[in-house]
Amino acid sequence: MSENIPGFSTLAIHAGAAPDPSTGARATPIYQTTSFVFDDVDHAASLFGLQAFGNIYTRITNPTTAVLEERVAALEGGTAALATASGHSAQLLCFHSLMQPGDNIVAANKLYGGSINQLKHSFKSFGWGVKWADPADMSSFEAAIDDSTRAIFIESLANPGGIVVDIEAIAKIAKAKGVPLVVDNTMATPYLCRPIEHGADIVLHSLTKFMGGHGNSMGGIIVDGGSFDWSASGNYPLLSQPRPEYQGIVLHETFGNFAFAIACRVLGLRDLGPAISPFNAFMILTGIETLPLRMQRHSDNAKKVALHLAAHDKVKWVSYAALPEDKHHDLQQKYMPKGAGAVFTFGVEGGYDAGVALVSKVELFSHLANIGDTRSLIIHPASTTHRQLSDEQKTAAGAGPDVVRISVGLEDVDDIIADLDQALAG
Amino acid sequence: MNHDTYADAYIKGILDEVKTVAMVGASANNVRPSYFVLKYLLSKGYEVWPINPGQAGKEILGQKVYASLDELPAVPDMIDIFRNSEAAGAIVDEVIASGKLPKVIWMQLTVRHDEAAARAEAAGIKMVMDRCPKIEYGRLSGEIGWAGVNSRTLSSKRPALKSGFQHRGLSGKKES
Repeated sequence: MSENIPGFSTLAIHAGAAPDPSTGARATPIYQTTSFVFDDVDHAASLFGLQAFGNIYTRITNPTTAVLEERVAALEGGTAALATASGHSAQLLCFHSLMQPGDNIVAANKLYGGSINQLKHSFKSFGWGVKWADPADMSSFEAAIDDSTRAIFIESLANPGGIVVDIEAIAKIAKAKGVPLVVDNTMATPYLCRPIEHGADIVLHSLTKFMGGHGNSMGGIIVDGGSFDWSASGNYPLLSQPRPEYQGIVLHETFGNFAFAIACRVLGLRDLGPAISPFNAFMILTGIETLPLRMQRHSDNAKKVALHLAAHDKVKWVSYAALPEDKHHDLQQKYMPKGAGAVFTFGVEGGYDAGVALVSKVELFSHLANIGDTRSLIIHPASTTHRQLSDEQKTAAGAGPDVVRISVGLEDVDDIIADLDQALAG
Repeated sequence: MNHDTYADAYIKGILDEVKTVAMVGASANNVRPSYFVLKYLLSKGYEVWPINPGQAGKEILGQKVYASLDELPAVPDMIDIFRNSEAAGAIVDEVIASGKLPKVIWMQLTVRHDEAAARAEAAGIKMVMDRCPKIEYGRLSGEIGWAGVNSRTLSSKRPALKSGFQHRGLSGKKES
C-alpha cells in the first residue's frame, strides 16, 4: 500500500466500517437476518459461483460480521479474515483447509489446555496427527517436521505460563520447510504483537477474550497473512486443485493472496457451519474500538500486581514476562514491548490448600475459567481445570498444586492489589 | 513509475476514466478467473471486448469474441491481459508498434513485465501490473469487505450504491 497507513487506534475504530449505505447509520448495524434477497436469477448464480461479491446466507457471510473480519484483518496486517463462533472453531476451520487424513501438525507443547485437547484427541478422529515441539528449543521444531507436516502451530504469548515464543526463529524454520506458520495471538492481541510482521502466515484468535474484552460474547477469527504460496507444492489441494464443490474452480489462482481466508469460508464454514451470530460480531466490534486503551491498561495493571506479588511474603514465585528478571523478558521486549498482557501465574506458600483458600477468599476477583474480561479473574488450576491429572502431570502442565492464574482486569489497581492482599493474609 | 505499489487514487482514476476494455485471454469456461472478471466488469457497466482466437466469432456472456486486437471495432480505453508475463510484454510491444494506443494497459495478478511497461509509459500509456480490476473495483467500492477482505481503505462517507440490493460503485461518482 503506497498511501499513508492509518495508525492502530484509527484502524481499531474505522477499519471495515463505512456508514451504512441504506440508512446512513454510523455505528455498524446488526444485520440480524439469516438470508439476503437476490436481485435476479443471474445475480444469484454469480453469488453461488463465487463470481460476485455479496451475501447469500449468514452461515457464509453477513454484513455485520464482515466489518469485524475486515477490522481484525487490518489490525493484524493481513489480507482477509474469517470470523467464527469461537476460537476453537477458528482452529477447526483453519486446519480443515490445511490438512488431509494422514497429515500432521507440529505444535508447541505450551498451548492453552483446550487447544491441546483439540489437537491431541478430537483431531485424531479426522486422521490428523500432532507432533509436539518445545518453544524453548528451536531444534525440536526442525526435528518434528516430516513429509506429512502441513502446519506449525504456536501461541505468541502462551497461556497460562506467560511464555513469549520466538516467532521469527520458528517462521524461519517454517519457511525453509515450506510449511505455513499458524500463530494463536489471543493473549497478546495485535495491539501488543503482530505475528504476521514477524513471519507468521496465518493468525488465529479467540475473540471471546481481549478482542471483545468484556466477557459477554463468544467468537473466533482466522486471519490470512497473504504470504504463503499454496501452489508451490501439491500439499494443499483445497487451495491448489480444482474444487468439485464449485465446478472445478481453483481457489488460489482465483483469489490470489486472500485465497486461504476464502477457502476457510467457502469450503470450511459453508460445509462445517460454525458461524458467529451477527449480534456477537457487533458486541466484539464495539469492544475492539477500545482495544488499544484496554490492552495498555491491562498490561500496566498486571505489571504493578506482578511487582507487588513478587515482593509478597506469601508468594513463592511470579511468572510474568514484563518482570526484568523473568526468563522471557528479552523476548517480551522484542515481540511485545508495550506490555506483556493481563495474564500470569504465581505460586502461593502453602501449596494446594493455600491455593484453594485464596480463590475462596477473594471478593473483587471472580473465580472462573476465562481470561480477558474487564473484571479481574482468578483460577486455581490444580483444583479445577487440571483436577483430573496426577500431581506429576499437573506440574508438567504448569498447573502444580501451588499455581494460581490471574487475568488482571481494568479496575483501579490499588483495589486489585488490596483484594489479593486480604485473601492472602488468611 | 514504481510498479510495486499503486496509490488508490491512481487505480480509481483509471477505473473511472475507462469505458471500453479489450480482454486478451478471455475464457468461455465459467470457473476461470478471466471469465469471472469479464462478468464482473460487465455488471459494473463497462463495455468489454473478449479476445480469444479459439473462440473467435462466438460469444462469451453475450459479447462477440475477437481473434486479435486488430479486429476490434475501435481502440479500447484499456487492454486487460490474461497471459503470462513474457507474452504480455510482446503484446505491449505490438500495441505500441500498431500506433493504436489505449489509455491503459493492465496486466493481471502475477503478470508483470517492467521493461515493456517502461516502453508503454514512454508512449503515454498508463500501466498497471500484477493486479486484478475486479479485486481493485471491489476494494475501492467496499464490496470486497463482504468477503472479509481487507480493503485497506477507510471512509466516513456513505458508500455509492448502484442498481440492485448488492451492487456498489466507486465513491464520489454519481451512479445510476
